Amino acid sequence: MIVFDRVSKIYPDNSIALEEVTLSIEPEEFISIVGPSGAGKTTLLKLFLAEEKPTEGSVYYESTNIHTLNKKEIDAFRRKVGMVFQDFRLLPNKTVYENIAFTMEAAGRTDSEIESDVPHVLELVDLMPKIWNFPRELSGGEKQRVAIARALVNEPDIIIADEPTGNLDPANTYDIVQILKKINDLGTTVILATHNKGIIDLLKKRVVAMNRGKIVRDEKAGKYFV
Amino acid sequence: MTKKQMFWTKLKRILRTGFFNFWRDGTVTLASVLVMMVTLLVIGLISFSSAILDTTLAELKNKIDINVTFVTSAKEEDILNIKHTIESLSEVFLVTYVSREEALTAFKERHASDQPILSALNELGENPLGAVLNVRARDPAQYASVAEFLESGSALASGGVPIIDRVNYFQNKVAIDKLTQIISSADRLGFALTLFLAIISVLIAFNTIRLTIYLARDEISVMRLVGASTTYIRGPFVVVGIIYGVVAGLLTLLILLPLTYWLGSTTESFFVGFNIFSYYFRHFLEIASIIMVSGVSIGALSSALAIRKYLKV
Repeated sequence: MIVFDRVSKIYPDNSIALEEVTLSIEPEEFISIVGPSGAGKTTLLKLFLAEEKPTEGSVYYESTNIHTLNKKEIDAFRRKVGMVFQDFRLLPNKTVYENIAFTMEAAGRTDSEIESDVPHVLELVDLMPKIWNFPRELSGGEKQRVAIARALVNEPDIIIADEPTGNLDPANTYDIVQILKKINDLGTTVILATHNKGIIDLLKKRVVAMNRGKIVRDEKAGKYFV
Repeated sequence: MTKKQMFWTKLKRILRTGFFNFWRDGTVTLASVLVMMVTLLVIGLISFSSAILDTTLAELKNKIDINVTFVTSAKEEDILNIKHTIESLSEVFLVTYVSREEALTAFKERHASDQPILSALNELGENPLGAVLNVRARDPAQYASVAEFLESGSALASGGVPIIDRVNYFQNKVAIDKLTQIISSADRLGFALTLFLAIISVLIAFNTIRLTIYLARDEISVMRLVGASTTYIRGPFVVVGIIYGVVAGLLTLLILLPLTYWLGSTTESFFVGFNIFSYYFRHFLEIASIIMVSGVSIGALSSALAIRKYLKV
């Protein structure tokens, strides 16, 4: 359902971020992309979200070439994808409730849907007590759980998590991975980019290893080694 | 939801988000409102200063006139004939006739305390003063042509004997020319200065709002990434810009009260009869709408323009 077809990305200063990457991801799959910093993991995700255009090759989602979409269609496409980042990227001036509600508002959901879904998704990540707090009043693990709740609330087809545990301690890391796993069990495709060995060994799911812009390994129930 | 319902829901959400952002971003809000206030204050003071300039210039223009003095033997009907001719000139605004008797009364009044002059006048036995025509032109620059007309042939009475004793324009010519020049250059300088100040202060306000949006650039990119549409992201920022304008405008109008009150008596004694405080009161609606419209449009436009750059992702 997601296909990268011989995708290359070369930046104007001639640095090669991706070189002829071909990769396909099935629905409801949990795929981890691993590799050292600069291996091209984030570039791969950015290309999928149409944040950047490939220099060569194309990226397909359900047989649509993402980079032929116009601005409006890109907005609509992004609402089908939930995103979780290493630096959380919550809106600092909005409460936990409003952060999640904003995503639903952007997707054009009604007020009553928002009122019922936001508490529901916060329960899923076990954060109901903090619903009226601002992001600055939360710990790192809590912020990431808000970010996951936000990514989930529009019932996306895909969740993309780019180093979601990069800023977290081991206990919080474990929690976040369990939440992602639970989301996957409920039928959502999860793409996880990480260089945390512990996570990969714990998951026992498909692992794609990248190095210097190329896929160097692709294993069904992989372990982390480069 | 129907399209119409969606529109209202969206509008409601944009307004609400705008109000929340304005309220929660305390320091940024304070700074922007203050800068905007300075801008609006400049715009307000500009409208005052142009009013001051206008009334002062009008006052000065009123003070310029020409007196045509006739010989004592001139007949009243000849003088009135000339008055009629002068009045028919398009440059002339007003002609006042002062008869010999009136001139004498005025002279006596002016010198009421000066006994030697009065006794000398009595000794003379007859009225030595000629009748006077006081001529006002519509524009100071037009006095020259009026004076020339008087000097030329038409100044002769029907009998062919000149009855005009003197035209004081030629005595006052240098002063009148100078004043005309000053008035026209003050007009131009005032306009240039006004434009310059207005442009600078608008740019400063624009830049401040750009900074506030620059501070929010990460937020904007997050909104973009969760799939919010351009209008939906831009809307609240424009709302905040408008609120900046409204709040700064109201504060400026408020601050102008004590400011003009304090300056009122000073301006009244310095610029002939122009009290800035009473002017503010008389023209409140006009000034208020200038300030509010400037504030709102600067705020909304700055936001809308500044945010474009960050909406590309």
